[in-house]
Amino acid sequence: MKKFTPVLFFVAAFFLAMIVKGIFNVTPEEQTELLTYADEEHVNASIPEAISYNLDVKPILSDKCYVCHGPDPNAVQGKLRLDKKTDWYRISEEDPEKQIIAPSNIEKSELIDRIWSQRASHQMPPPESNLVLSEREKLIIERWIEQGAQWETHWAFMPPEKGTVPNTVDKNASEIDQFIYAAQQNIGLKAAQRAPKEILLRRLYFDVIGLPPSVNEIDNFLNDRGANAYEKVVDALLSSPAYGERMASNWMDISRYADTNGYQDDTERFMWPWRDWVIHAYNKNMPYNQFVKWQLAGDLLPDATQEQILATGFNRNHMITQEGGVIEEEYRVEYVADRTVTTAKSFMGLTMECARCHDHKYDDLTQKDFFNMYNFFNQLEEKGRIGYQEIAEPKIKLTQEMVNKELKFVQWPDSIQEVEVMVMDEIKNLRNTYVLNRGAYDAPTDIVTKGGMPENILKFDARFSKDRLGLADWLFDVKNPLTARVAVNNLWQQFFGSGIVATPTDFGNQGALPSHPALLDWLAVTFMEEGWNTKKMVKRIVMSSTYKQSSRPTQLQLKKDPKNEFLSVFPRQKLTAEMIRDNVLVSSGLFLDKLGGPSVKPYQPPGLWDDLTGGSTSNSLKRYVMSKDGNQYRRSLYTYWKRTAPPPGMVTFDAATRDYCTVERQKTSTPLQSLILLNDPQVQNAASAIAILILDSGIKSDKQRVIAIHRRITGREPSKKTLLEMMNYLEDIAEIHEDKHLNLSAAELLHMSFTSLSLLIYNLDETSQKS
Amino acid sequence: MEAINKYFLNNNRRHFLKNLGFGIGGLALGSILDPLGINSSNAAGPQLQAGPLPLPHFAPKAKRVIYLFQSGGPSQLDLFDYKPHLNQYRGMNLPDSIRKGQRLTGMTSGQDKFPVTGSLFNFNQYGASRAWVSDLMPNVSKVVDELCFVKSMHTEAINHDPAITFFQTGSQLPGRPSIGSWMSYGLGSLNENLPSFIVLLSTGNGKPQPQPLYSRLWGNGFLSSLHQGVQFRSGKDPVLYLQNPQGVSKSERRKMLDHLAAINEAEERTFGDPEINSRISNYEMAYRMQTSVPDVMDIGDEPDYILRMYGKNSYKPGTYAANCLLARRLVEKDVRFVQLYHTGWDQHDNLPSQIKRQAEDVDQGTAALIMDLKQRGLLEDTLVIWGGEFGRTNYCQGRLTDTDYGRDHHPRSFTIFIAGGGIKPGFTYGETDDFGYNIVKDPMHVHDLQATLLHQFGIDHEKMIFKTQGRRFRLTDVAGEVKRAILST
Repeated sequence: MKKFTPVLFFVAAFFLAMIVKGIFNVTPEEQTELLTYADEEHVNASIPEAISYNLDVKPILSDKCYVCHGPDPNAVQGKLRLDKKTDWYRISEEDPEKQIIAPSNIEKSELIDRIWSQRASHQMPPPESNLVLSEREKLIIERWIEQGAQWETHWAFMPPEKGTVPNTVDKNASEIDQFIYAAQQNIGLKAAQRAPKEILLRRLYFDVIGLPPSVNEIDNFLNDRGANAYEKVVDALLSSPAYGERMASNWMDISRYADTNGYQDDTERFMWPWRDWVIHAYNKNMPYNQFVKWQLAGDLLPDATQEQILATGFNRNHMITQEGGVIEEEYRVEYVADRTVTTAKSFMGLTMECARCHDHKYDDLTQKDFFNMYNFFNQLEEKGRIGYQEIAEPKIKLTQEMVNKELKFVQWPDSIQEVEVMVMDEIKNLRNTYVLNRGAYDAPTDIVTKGGMPENILKFDARFSKDRLGLADWLFDVKNPLTARVAVNNLWQQFFGSGIVATPTDFGNQGALPSHPALLDWLAVTFMEEGWNTKKMVKRIVMSSTYKQSSRPTQLQLKKDPKNEFLSVFPRQKLTAEMIRDNVLVSSGLFLDKLGGPSVKPYQPPGLWDDLTGGSTSNSLKRYVMSKDGNQYRRSLYTYWKRTAPPPGMVTFDAATRDYCTVERQKTSTPLQSLILLNDPQVQNAASAIAILILDSGIKSDKQRVIAIHRRITGREPSKKTLLEMMNYLEDIAEIHEDKHLNLSAAELLHMSFTSLSLLIYNLDETSQKS
Repeated sequence: MEAINKYFLNNNRRHFLKNLGFGIGGLALGSILDPLGINSSNAAGPQLQAGPLPLPHFAPKAKRVIYLFQSGGPSQLDLFDYKPHLNQYRGMNLPDSIRKGQRLTGMTSGQDKFPVTGSLFNFNQYGASRAWVSDLMPNVSKVVDELCFVKSMHTEAINHDPAITFFQTGSQLPGRPSIGSWMSYGLGSLNENLPSFIVLLSTGNGKPQPQPLYSRLWGNGFLSSLHQGVQFRSGKDPVLYLQNPQGVSKSERRKMLDHLAAINEAEERTFGDPEINSRISNYEMAYRMQTSVPDVMDIGDEPDYILRMYGKNSYKPGTYAANCLLARRLVEKDVRFVQLYHTGWDQHDNLPSQIKRQAEDVDQGTAALIMDLKQRGLLEDTLVIWGGEFGRTNYCQGRLTDTDYGRDHHPRSFTIFIAGGGIKPGFTYGETDDFGYNIVKDPMHVHDLQATLLHQFGIDHEKMIFKTQGRRFRLTDVAGEVKRAILST
């Protein structure tokens, strides 16, 4: 991997400097000048002509100044807040001739003196803060003041506007493409070619249903030369039940779904009927606003149905303790805070948790805002601690009869009599919610909150009831600037690996700025106009040429857009933990395709639960007993999730821990991942099964067999070179097997060699990638 | 001449470009962190962050850690914090002037009396340092001159789950990286055959139903999963999925990896994706681990006198003593952070009989480990920490009889000890009152301990940060002070 190694750079720079010095006999001062000259030339070139406060200046002020001069009044130094326009123009205390910021006059701006100052006692940020402004950042602030230091409301707090779609050279391109192309054209870039059909199909399958295409499906697509061949597949996938499972897979991270309670002895819970509802809701394409509203407040709807109540399980998925001796209120407060934070993170893209202990240090969110929202989630008749065999109140009891009548989508197994599912239910006499000092359960202040949402985002006026239902209505009000943006951004991330805003849970001052702001807004407004139609939005994204383009970079692209911020190629991405395992199961034919129902226990190395089991752990959770009858080969969505000992095959491949809400997973590559793909018995079994399948299929030539296996696993024909390498391997390994196993029959040896070959293919980089 | 001039300028400009917005520190850290070229492909997510200084921030004293975590909360009053006053006033109700409103767990908050109780075990002073140790730790008492006792530890949590999480991650709630992950992130690996953060578990004999542990205690939180603790288990598969499938030989595996690398390299040439290169090196590391892990786990090459030193349990894989020996073998191979957990210290009742068995589990192994490290010259740059998540109360939980008592959780003062790694040996830091309840001198908060530990590795705890969710996170959150009094000069 080519990496920038600073040590080498400095060594090289040093030697070059020596050469320069030797040859030109420059003095150290001149040498420094040389360096400065080079830096300045570049820095100046990289600073935009017209400085935008929102895009260029505020990110700097927020990151480097707000800690002491930002929204948290308790942390404000020198009574100066740089997030407030009124403070900007104040007369300087050290020089009455000056202002903190004097628009269009850097000479009269104290801020400028401070950021360039070399005196430790005067310099801003102060040296002990460990925060440093770069040269470029200082110049941006300077130029912004020169240009008049204009104030703007935070971009994400202004309602999105559906601007005009840019007109680019390609008149037939979709709206998404027009936005993307327009940005590319600005820097002299062009989109990539369309991806090869096989690669595109596999990409589409994983993205829309989370599973790979079968060889038949690949052949059909390859043979369909019709103009709408691709669209036909898109429509078929969107109406397949696997679509709901794929979407639910993401929702499990956001909702922190698990099968156990998570703290200490980690007792069992049964939330799978709620998971069945999520799959069902996605499959029937429930409008997103309704989908979320039911989850936040289904119980408060007039004449709420069982289904609407079940949907509220969303906010009961947080961890719950059974630890003897805990102070119950301490934990109850945590549960309420978790619901508050999860709701803000998933639907508003805000780091509300930062306003729990004090006013937010970066965003205009007060501690009171936090507890106003908290108030809505505080109105449950719930306990801080539950017993070992207890399902936490409030809950509903589901039986087969009830399911048959009202909740037909719940996949009820005959073996189960009844299940208690946790749901939301409003307490009779509403609790008073106090602002908690430092966010601590035992430090209530005398400030009572009445419930509400941050006013500077959207006024929580009389139209909204002061409960969770009002909160949901507020979220989906047509004027709410955040909800639709956050929703389409999360969808975008599902396909392109990274959102248009690269920090999906932080649309605040410290978050990333949108790479394509106009596109984000266009998508957000369109999403609302179309009635929050998720399938339609998914289809729009996957039908775009931007989505369909090749992931293979060109020289031009590498030069102009090395980080692919302009999406000039499709971003190659690693498959998720679930997809990697499900691909192994589907390609080998081991897969059991069954929708919904209780979680299942696939293979995991023995003893893992025993290692982490306490004396009081209930029997069902002491020892892991693998599922049988094909249930061990179900989709990874259904894998039993014990929080204190989560399935190693999932977490090693960066699945979320489910301890708290996660919107974006890590993307790492580690040796432990290699060990799983090489040695996990599930992969071994799959390699053996696929070898049997192919050897029994009637294909006679080894070469064709190798191609067939490669296609099943990677979705495409191998390149000539890869094929040659695989054939060589097959030959080598056959020889090794022959020498080693003298008593095996030719058929057995053949199976052994093809098993080894299949294992190799399961380990190819290509297999784990969405190219 | 002009050509050279131009080259110099271009080069400088190019590198400057890459440097924009990062600061030199961040980049320097990157290369220290990634000596093997195994890197996260997290292009869109949180990026490596560092303060303005490259790591280490100053000259380190220690290179490795062995953390002997005593899960459940050992009773400092029966082990190290000698309080004859409690014996004298045995049965007396704990005065409010001492309790000072300390919150109680749900297990004793219902008691109407809080009778204080001293220890049933004898205490003596040992070594040149005259350190107090009870009869429960006969072997540890022999090595006290290597140890620095901190009798003034205090924490904020009063229950196991949050208290252990606090010690291990600096926060009571789940989600933050564990201390070993921070070290791996900040300092990188010292060897290319083993993970830099390894976890060993053992179950104590003191309590019939000990507290469970949770894998999030060695989780990487928001750091790259490259830094997660890797549990080494006893038995034939010490690392999950380490063994080749039955019948697959090493040479067969090598053959496959060679062909695999060849195909993956071709793939890399097509896509230029750095992820493919890190994947290739991960397969090589996995292959090396298949040899290095069994090697390090196989104590067959240890001479008898060493095994005898660690005690008879060191022959039994998975015991505390065996794990102590393994810990030594691991740091010998330059594993950065070895984290042991030993459960069973939660003596709410039957304390005298339970703690006897529990102390027996750990006494010999701990002392042997210290001496073994010392005789190999490893102790000077290996930091060994022994301690639990909180201490135990000076008053009795349940019924106090002549031969029996129990103790509840006590966060306000407890004892741990540290050895090696530039920490002052034969020293005692901090002091509690006569009731062994409050700290009267030199308190050491959990964040102080963490700050001090990082300091020994040349890390300024305020500067080792990771920015995610718009916020700069530290192991020590927003607190922590290096306690210089316990450092050797």
